[in-house]
Order: sequence, then C-alpha cells, then structure tokens
Amino acid sequence: MSEPKVKRSILAQLMPWLKSLARKGPSGWMVIAGIIIVLALVIMTAIGPWIAPYNPTATRVGPIRSPPSLQFPMGTNHLGQDMLSRILCGGSIMLQVSALSVVICFLIGVPIGLFSSYVGGKFDSAVSLVIDAIYAFPGLVIAIAIAAMLGPGVINMALSIAVVYIPSYFRVVRSQVLSIKELAYVEAARATGAKWHTILLRYIFPNVIPSIVVVVTINFADAILTAAGLTFIGLGVTYNIPDWGWDLTDGRAYLAAGAWWIILFPGIMIVLLALGFTFIGEGLSELQNPKLQR
Amino acid sequence: MPLLEVNSLRVDYPTSRGTVHAVENVSFSLEKGKKLGIAGESGSGKSTLGLSLIRLVPHPGIIVGGCIKIDGTDIVKLSNHEIRAIRGKKVAYIFQDPMTSLNPVKRIGTHFVELIRTHEPTTTKEEAFKRTRSMLKNLGILPERINDYPHQFSGGMRQRIMIGLAIALNPALVIADEPTTALDVIVQAKILDLLEDLRKVYGMALILISHDLSILLERCDKIIVMYAGHMMEYANSTELYKNPKHPYTQGLLQSIPNIELEDQKLSAIPGSPPDMHNPPKGCRFWPRCSYATENCHLKEPPLIDVGNDHFVRCFLYGEKGAQQ
Amino acid sequence: MGLRAFIITRIILTIPTLLLLLSMVFIIMRVLPGDPVSLHFEKKADPELMDSMRRQLGLDKPLWMQYIDYIGGLVDIGYFMQHGYPNLGKSMQTFEDVGGQIFSAFPATLELAIYSMMIASILGILLGVLASKSYNSVLDHLIRSFGTITYAIPVFFLGIVLQLIFGVYLRWLPTGLRLDPKIEPPATVTGLYTVDSLLEGNIFKFFESLKALILPSLTLGIILSGIFVRLTRINMLETLRLDFVTAARARGLRESTITYGYALRNAFLPILTMMGLQFAMLLGGAILTETTFSWPGLGRYIVQRISFRDYTAIQGAVVMFGLFVTIVSLVVDILYAYFDPRIRL
Repeated sequence: MSEPKVKRSILAQLMPWLKSLARKGPSGWMVIAGIIIVLALVIMTAIGPWIAPYNPTATRVGPIRSPPSLQFPMGTNHLGQDMLSRILCGGSIMLQVSALSVVICFLIGVPIGLFSSYVGGKFDSAVSLVIDAIYAFPGLVIAIAIAAMLGPGVINMALSIAVVYIPSYFRVVRSQVLSIKELAYVEAARATGAKWHTILLRYIFPNVIPSIVVVVTINFADAILTAAGLTFIGLGVTYNIPDWGWDLTDGRAYLAAGAWWIILFPGIMIVLLALGFTFIGEGLSELQNPKLQR
Repeated sequence: MPLLEVNSLRVDYPTSRGTVHAVENVSFSLEKGKKLGIAGESGSGKSTLGLSLIRLVPHPGIIVGGCIKIDGTDIVKLSNHEIRAIRGKKVAYIFQDPMTSLNPVKRIGTHFVELIRTHEPTTTKEEAFKRTRSMLKNLGILPERINDYPHQFSGGMRQRIMIGLAIALNPALVIADEPTTALDVIVQAKILDLLEDLRKVYGMALILISHDLSILLERCDKIIVMYAGHMMEYANSTELYKNPKHPYTQGLLQSIPNIELEDQKLSAIPGSPPDMHNPPKGCRFWPRCSYATENCHLKEPPLIDVGNDHFVRCFLYGEKGAQQ
Repeated sequence: MGLRAFIITRIILTIPTLLLLLSMVFIIMRVLPGDPVSLHFEKKADPELMDSMRRQLGLDKPLWMQYIDYIGGLVDIGYFMQHGYPNLGKSMQTFEDVGGQIFSAFPATLELAIYSMMIASILGILLGVLASKSYNSVLDHLIRSFGTITYAIPVFFLGIVLQLIFGVYLRWLPTGLRLDPKIEPPATVTGLYTVDSLLEGNIFKFFESLKALILPSLTLGIILSGIFVRLTRINMLETLRLDFVTAARARGLRESTITYGYALRNAFLPILTMMGLQFAMLLGGAILTETTFSWPGLGRYIVQRISFRDYTAIQGAVVMFGLFVTIVSLVVDILYAYFDPRIRL
C-alpha cells in the first residue's frame, strides 16, 4: 500500500496525476482512452438535442424502416424516426440512471463501510453478514425484484441498481479500512485525542479513495448494462424518450424483416459507454497493483 | 576432458534502470567427482552463475557471452528440447528454500515418479514407485510417507526430498545453491553430511554455492570467490585457506569467528556490496579495499596466475593476466 | 479435519446465511411495497375481489404470521414429499402452486447454466493459459482485449447478433426453444434434455437438444468467459514465477507438465472460487438470455410473471434463485477443500 497521505485539495492532486498517467505505460493509456470515450459520449448526449438533424421523437420524418442512407446515416425505425438523432440523444437515460445509482451507492455504501469496519466487533460482523448475503445474490435478480415492485422510471431503476452495488463499495472500503486502521499514524492520531469522525474523515478516508474510484467505474459500467437489461425485460422507461436500451429492445421485433440497423447502432453505443468506464477501472486497478507491472 | 568447463561467461539482466552485468568474465573447470565451492555475498552473482549452468537464469536475465561445456557440449547453444534432457538427468540443481520448492498439490511420491518417467519413459509405474521408496529410505524418510504432501514435512525433511530429487537419476553434476541457509544450524550439518554421503556413493561432482566460506573450505576441493559479478580468486581450498591473496578473501577469512579464541572481536569488511546498476569503475572492490591505489579506480585487474593453480584478480600481484 | 467433517461443518454454516437471504427477499417483496394485491390490480378493482384474493393467498394475515408461513412452507417436508416441490405459495394469476411451476421451469435453466459455465470456464482458462505463456506478445494483448470487451457487451445484444448470424442468415442453428416442437422431449429423469436423451439411448434427440443449446449457452458463455480469461492469466503469470515451478524446470520436466500440472493446478483454486461467484452473474444473464431465445426456464418464467404482475410467483422465483446460488457456493467450497489438501487441516 502506498504511503499514507493527509487530505489535500482534490483538484491539486488531479492535474499532475493526469499528466503522469500518460507516462505510466499501457495501463495509463487505457485510463486515458476510457476517459476520452466517456467524455465524448457524455458531451455528445449533452449537446445531442442541438446537433441532431431531426427531432428524435418526431415520427415519420422519413420512410419506415429504411436502411442507412445519405439522408439517414443510421436508417429509420418502424415509426419513421431518424436513428442518428435517436442515437445522439439516446444516452441520457443510461447516464442519468447510472450516475444516480453511483451517487446513492456512494452515499450509503461508503459511510456504512467506513463506520462499520472502524467500529469493528460484533456490530461489524453482523453488518458484514447482511452485506455478504446481498452480495452473493444475483444482481440482476435483485434489481428485477425491486424494479418490479417499484415500477418504471429513472429514479426507481437507479434505486434497484444501487441496492445491488452497495455491497461492493462496502467490501472495498472495509478491506482498506481494516488494513489502515492499525497503522501507526492512526494510533498516533487517536493518542492525541482526535475524535473518531475526524480520524475517519481526514486520515482514513483519503487513502480509501483510490480503491473507491475503481469501484465507481465498475459500478457505472455495470449500471449501464443492468439498465439496458431492465429495459429489455420491460422494466425500463416509457418510450417517448430516446434511449439506446429501448431501441435495442424495440428493434428486435424487426430483425426478422431484415432491419439490422435498428439494433446495431444502439448496441454499439451501449458497448462503447460500458467499455469506456471499464477501461478507466481496469487501467486504474492495474496501476494500483504494482505486481502486474514489469 | 573435464566434466564442466566454463569460459568467459557473461550474464546480463536488462532492466528499465539499465543493464546489470550480474556475471562477468568467469572461467573455471571442474573434473568428474570433484567438489567446487562458489563463495560470495548476496548480489555477488553466485546464484546467477549457478542457474546459468542449467540455463535457468530468471527473466529478464540472459547469457550474453562465453560458453558452458558439459562433457564437451556447449549448453548455451543447445535447443530447449536438448537442454531439458540434461536438466535433472545429467546436471541437477538443489534450490535454496525447501519450503517453496515443492509442488504443494502433488504428493512427494509423485514428484519422484514424474521425474523418473520423464527422463526414462520406459520405466513402469511400479518400477518407479519401487525406486522412489528405496530412495526415501536412503534419505532417512519413512517409505510409508510416499503419499504425503509437502506441507506435511518439516523444512529439513523437505530439503532431503529436494536432495533426493536431485540425485534420483544419478547425475554427473549436482549444484546446490545455499542448501542450508533456510535451515537451523543442527539440521544444516546433517543435510550437508547426507549430501556428501550420497555423492560419494554415486560419484557425482558437486558445486556448492554459499555465502558461508567456512562450509566451503571444509567441504570443497576448489573454491571460487565471487564479488559483484567478478571472479576475484580461484584456488584449491587448502591453498586458499593458507594463502589467501585477494584482500576480499582475506577479509572474509578474518570475519569467520573462531570458537577456540577467547575475547575475539568480530571483524567485518567495511562498507557494503555495490549497487549492481552502477558498480564502481575499475576493480569493483576498491571502495572497500585497504590496499586500493589510483590504478584500481581506473582499470579492471586481469586474472593473475600466482602459481599452484591459484588465480587472483588484483593489481597487488602484477599487471599481466594469466593465459586461460 | 477430514473432508467429511469439513463438509458437515460447511453445510451447518449455510443455514444462517440462507435464513438471512430468505428474510431479505421477504422484506423486498412483501414488506416494502405494502400491499402486493393492490399492486396487482393497477386500476382500482372491486374491493371484494381484492379481499378474496388476499384470503386465498394468505395475504390477509399479519406480517409476522406471513413470515412464519413463508419460512415454514419452505421447510415443510411433508408438502415436499406430497407434491414433489416445496411450498412457495400460489400464483396471483392462476392460483396454481408456484412451486410446481418453478420446478418444471427450473431444469431448463439448470441445463443452460451448466453448458454456459462449461463454455465460459474452458474458453476462459484456455485463453488465459495461452496469454500467460506468451506474455506481452500481440496474442497476449488480443486475448486481454477480448477479456475486457466481452464484459461490456449486453448479453442480449450478443444473443441477438448470434441469432441473426447463425439462425437467420446462415440457418445453421435454431433460434429458440429447447427442442423442435415436432420432436417429443425425452423421458424425464434429470430434466436435462441432453442427459435424459442419452439415458434413453436416443442419439437423435441428444443432438437435437444439443443444437438448441448451442446458441444460448455460447452467448452466455462468451460473456462470462472474459473474467475467467483475465483471472487465469494473472494467476498463471504469478504462479509461473514461483519457486517450485523453476525447481520443476530444473528437473527437466516437460513444458506441458509444468504448465498444467504445476502452474495451472496451483493457480486453479481462485478460478474455482470465481466459478462459484460467477454463478450469481450467470443467473442474471440467464434471465436475459432465456428471454432472447424463448428458452422455457426460470428466467423467462420470471419475466412473464412480471408482465402479469404476479407478485407471489415472482417472490417464489426469486427465492428459488437464492437457493440455487447458495447450494452452488456450498458445492464450490467443498470442491475447493477437495483440491487443496491444506484447507482441510
């Protein structure tokens, strides 16, 4: 584990870190590639409504189910909607759901993890037992169960996904805290009379951050795929909002008729977005693990 | 023809911080049935030297020059397939740490049977097991334990098993790398005695690698003293003990505690071994040598023949090198 | 302790976890939403109808009683002996026994899961070993990319693509269903069509059911293999550097013996644990895969029940998933102890 640092301003740590990433070899490039992909897709989705050639929800702007052409580079679907416009705007639901679920997970999982592992003892064992039970359960099944009970909608989807991933945050935080809390400098802090919440926030938490970042990226990637899955089953959002997951599900019906473009482009976008986050996570975890460097 | 002939061997480790010349210009020979000791501190290159004799220098190490002739064949030039036939059968290697040298998920009997049937494929399983059982007896291990796993044995017993695996196929040469460092003193002597007994029975040549010069003086015919990848002195052990020429050797001999002397002050060679990424220029020992002169900083001394089959790499004994 | 003692201890330890799991499901499905019956009828329905349903399904009793009924039903051996399936309540839609419906749907999922896991692990391990032996080469990088990318693909997307290529364009393989409807399934012994047809001695049915299995298990298998590729590769790289591997090389053993008998056998254990952990992921993926391929398993069952708002059935299915995962992790732990003699001591 790297040397303990006291909390500095996050931005001050970020800039030189980004620059040094490029120098760290293939793992660093992976992280940068991931960041670029994610940023590109986020920006695309954000400005999508302005740059889209047609209104993504407007029907019959072109012939029904026409293959990609100059006028409609990604073809049209069975409602005559322009696929390119839908692609440009379709990421917003996924991004919202995954971002929201990450925030919820973070706000719940991290504090519980910090507190429980710091306190230790029977309390910690009890909490760990419950968390492990959730962790062992198939994620999608939990998400489906909760989403089925709560109904459709961005917030409900985010909630159901969040429940699935809280254990990951908990476990990562806990394993880090367990190894840090016995270190000498924490003992010293305690000896000087620092209160437990000060110790947690200013000494332990900053060192837990690197591992949490990795979990966050994996959380994002998984959330995107789970959101797509929930939509596929019918627990997603209503179809007036352009959504890659929705198009992927919807387009399935027209495959037999040969309309491959309706599912291909949304599918690729989902893969790209998930891949972007995965690259960041993979690259970061490789960088943090010196055993893998030669 | 000597069993083993090493000429101008050079082994490098290319690392991201620069190339480490772990072994430079080492030459020696070993006759059948004789015993050679390689002495040196950690980082002296003695282990690398030993591993290079079976071409198992760990990645990224690579043999970059010289030749290693076993019974006349230069093994540096052999194919992977050919060298595999030699390893374990003609030349055997005993590793330093017995705790980690055995496969944890294989029974010790399997270790032997596997070895036998790889090199002598016509052997039947029953034959192989029979031979294994008698080998275990020779090692002082109950043959009934043939189906036990390595973790069920103590360190000393595991080292015996390693010795057994090394000599199982009656090799011509056994290389033992610090065979006793990981063991306590009482077990150490037993292990070395065992090795010697078995060696005598089978007539094998032995190379003993150790940082403990006293063990080598006691048990070897000839000794090489390594320092920072260079061979500093090479002589018969009695000659080396009576007439140590190189300042480093002298220092090593002086630092061996003598149980018969009262009130002995333990002496050590001042300084520490060099960083092999950036070794001293000229003679690598000069920073720690009380006899170092201007010349020693600039040029590397050649290996000088001082008679009596005794070679030293030191300017104290002349400028010219010996004919190899 | 011997293997037997370990097994018994491990089984006993499963019980509290199982209880926790079942309670969790109960909380999510009964406590949280409030009243499942009114959820079932989206629009306001005749209150008498709703009350009648509540009575029939035992949902009018106080919560703690429902909980006891719930747990009690699961451990009711008598019921199990009588019906051949556990008591998981009754469906809101048809009032049939949920247990029966689940047990008839489950073997399809089991068969899919087994073949998918086989493909995922074999593919993953082989690629991982290959990558580790050619460290830092182009092949290594390609395999690593494969491992990363497969994880990012939505499983149903891959399924649809494979269906398109092999089912529609090439017409090599069927795109759905366990067996061509014209063929009668083999006599049920295990519920796994491939096994049952072999037991029956019917090679034709064996191949037909295998054909139907290929696309769905390939889909799920490829997606899951990614993590096995990466895990195997890393474990192999670490293990290949260990002392006993070098010592084995020093004895002149063949490279294949070293790769498989020394490196892989020691690197294998974490892979085995991962197989157990991945079962959870596999079930999630199975739900989507079954929907894509109209595979009549537990996954498709649960999706159908969702569209019917059949909450009691959904609960039963979720419990079934949980049980399955628990049993699998138990089996994996036992296998682990079998392979690593050090654990037993």
